Amino acid sequence: MRPASTVKTLSINGRDVTGRQDETILDVARQNNIFIPRLCEMDGLSDVGACRLCLVEIKGQNKLLPACVTTVEEGMEVTTDSPRLENYRRMILELLFTERNHVCSVCVSNGHCEMQMLAQRLGITHVHFPYRYPKEEVDASHDRFVIDHNRCILCTRCVRVCDEIEGAHTWDVMGRGINAKVITDLNEPWGSSETCTSCGKCVHVCPTGALFEKGHSVAEMLKRRQFLPYLTLMRKENE
Amino acid sequence: MTPEELDEIAELERAAQSQFTQRVNVCVAAGCLSCQSQSVKDALDQEVNRRGIKDRCQIKGVGCMGLCAEGPLVSTSTGVLYQKVQAANGAAILDSLTGEPVSNLVCPTNIPFFQRQKKIVLENSGVIDPERIEDYIAAEGYSALIKALTEMTPREVVDQVTKSGLRGRGGAGYPTGLKWSTVSKSVGTKKYVICNGDEGDPGAFMDRSVLESDAHRVLEGMLIAAYAVGASEGFIYVRAEYPLAVKRLRTAIRQAERVGLLGSDICGTRFSFRVDVRLGAGAFVCGEETALIASVEGKRGTPRPRPPYPAMEGLFGEPTLINNVETFANIPPIIRKGGEWYAQIGTEKSKGTKVFALAGRVQNTGLVEVPMGISLREMVFEIGGGIPEGRKFKAVQTGGPSGGCLPSDCLDMPVDYESLAKAGSIMGSGGMIVMDESSCMVDVAKYFMDFCMTESCGKCIPCRVGTYQMHRILNAIGNMSATQKDIEMLRELCDLLKHTSLCGLGQSAPNPVVSTLRSFAEEYRAHVEEHRCPAGVCNAPVGESV
Repeated sequence: MRPASTVKTLSINGRDVTGRQDETILDVARQNNIFIPRLCEMDGLSDVGACRLCLVEIKGQNKLLPACVTTVEEGMEVTTDSPRLENYRRMILELLFTERNHVCSVCVSNGHCEMQMLAQRLGITHVHFPYRYPKEEVDASHDRFVIDHNRCILCTRCVRVCDEIEGAHTWDVMGRGINAKVITDLNEPWGSSETCTSCGKCVHVCPTGALFEKGHSVAEMLKRRQFLPYLTLMRKENE
Repeated sequence: MTPEELDEIAELERAAQSQFTQRVNVCVAAGCLSCQSQSVKDALDQEVNRRGIKDRCQIKGVGCMGLCAEGPLVSTSTGVLYQKVQAANGAAILDSLTGEPVSNLVCPTNIPFFQRQKKIVLENSGVIDPERIEDYIAAEGYSALIKALTEMTPREVVDQVTKSGLRGRGGAGYPTGLKWSTVSKSVGTKKYVICNGDEGDPGAFMDRSVLESDAHRVLEGMLIAAYAVGASEGFIYVRAEYPLAVKRLRTAIRQAERVGLLGSDICGTRFSFRVDVRLGAGAFVCGEETALIASVEGKRGTPRPRPPYPAMEGLFGEPTLINNVETFANIPPIIRKGGEWYAQIGTEKSKGTKVFALAGRVQNTGLVEVPMGISLREMVFEIGGGIPEGRKFKAVQTGGPSGGCLPSDCLDMPVDYESLAKAGSIMGSGGMIVMDESSCMVDVAKYFMDFCMTESCGKCIPCRVGTYQMHRILNAIGNMSATQKDIEMLRELCDLLKHTSLCGLGQSAPNPVVSTLRSFAEEYRAHVEEHRCPAGVCNAPVGESV
């Protein structure tokens, strides 16, 4: 196939942009510095389209489509920002805040949290849905890491990085609906997990303070994610 | 198995059956079995043995006869249907074969419940023994498969299905012919056919009944589909909560393999197909096709965004055809009699018949198959026999937790995909729950939201947290502690879930709320403003002042 045929021209927010046919709307938007909010997507991991924050409008489609899994097409007219989308995004984020106990002032990730930053960016000053205040566990049985389920948003980045990059598949999800939670092995304490290699990748891809390294206090947990694009690039080159 | 061998089996079976001058059919589907129809059959068997008339009187266990509310049902070769039969009635029924019917057990069959039905999917239900392939073959079974394999090209099979106008019976109503043609054109190293038997709507039991009464029909439909799209392997995904259906299905697969209708080089052609049963572990969301595929693959049953559609990338990444049990059950008669014959039945855009599980506040609850386009009024008041105890009709709920409640001014609406969707409900898989004035619509909405909340898989945020918040508000309305602001929030959430959820479960979860908010706004208002429940169902919690 001629290379020219795999390049698609489309417009995002009225701006003409191009992308390869295997790239998603989110990929192309990112290359062009167009911001689309997302919490579950992460470059280097498989896409699940679960957080629904990256939904965009596409002309001629009556459904909103997730930018992270929708590949670009010739002549597509994408709108990433509209009062309707903004309203939905705020509501989704608000729902997330009500789901568990997200208290920034005592959180290790305060100031470095993707959810917090997104809320600020979307101008969320208060939450108009009532909070659930569930009693969630904190598992500090691992030597170096802690999982605080109060801060987990079930983006499943930890599950994917552990399975796809580290190859250990220590993490998975159990339970349904509002009772879903991430678990290590077959819901055993993280510290006694036989599959965990203690690589810490899950900790660093976690968008909130749900996964953190021991020894960090409020606002001290900085996540280092450089390893992910590096590893995926290296692996691609080795193929 | 060659066409001649199939004819031979059919001839032998018909000859064997004509030996019997008398016949008593006992329903052994789950509904009647639950009210001891097995003991009725055993008693009849014993009585026949005792009288020494085994060579001329046949006692046969058959599938569902429809009127489940009056079970156990027994029909005889004299054309009489008996209801609520007990083991002790065995002798009297045998006596009636040569004399007068047992008057106190006779179930009238001249009522609309029986007269208004048109049986295509259920043509063998209540007639053949679901555990004997010979009986199915004698009733023209597998002749459609032979016809497709020996006389038609795959393309012609797809054309006939397209011509029939058949649409997916699982709920969404996607044109079956179009789906088949997409899968047949998809390129893959291997293709799969999946039968979706994960029937999870509360009050729906059509698929269970078809599988229990006529499992071979579903297998035949799958075989024809596999031939048409070029698939070599299939899976039937059934709920583990349907043990009898699973057992009969497994029996049917074994029998079909034994006579060479499943396996390699079927009917001397190069077409091979094998099929396996997969049990669902009780998740409603696994009825959604991408979640079902994940579950068959052995993964956690959660949906994934489409596209890619399963027709392009489905099971193990290969092109996959997924149809519902009832859709497959429609295929053999379509191939046998032609797509045009099928297209004559029903309305312009919704062809054929639909099986409904009629439940709730109607006289005749049970399984009915009616032509598309019949009015809701006919369904409820003629076939259903109206509301018992002289109460007033209030609403009919179609489509289960994904559907809506239709009020009395929708009664004259035809039952087809478009009309139901326009009225804010869906056809769904065929559950139809009738409600009278003793039902509170807020309570009904709460019930379905509770169902959606517990059945949400938890993958996407709007469905996971949104259903929880909606359930909380509906609970508050039921407790008389909600305010007008809560109703606004409820509407907001309905809109959010509909447009942002990942899969059909979340997108349609607001339907029961939206439809009741629209048609029964007065009831919501009474709860919120006057703190009273017009139907007298909801109560403020004891000890709290309202």
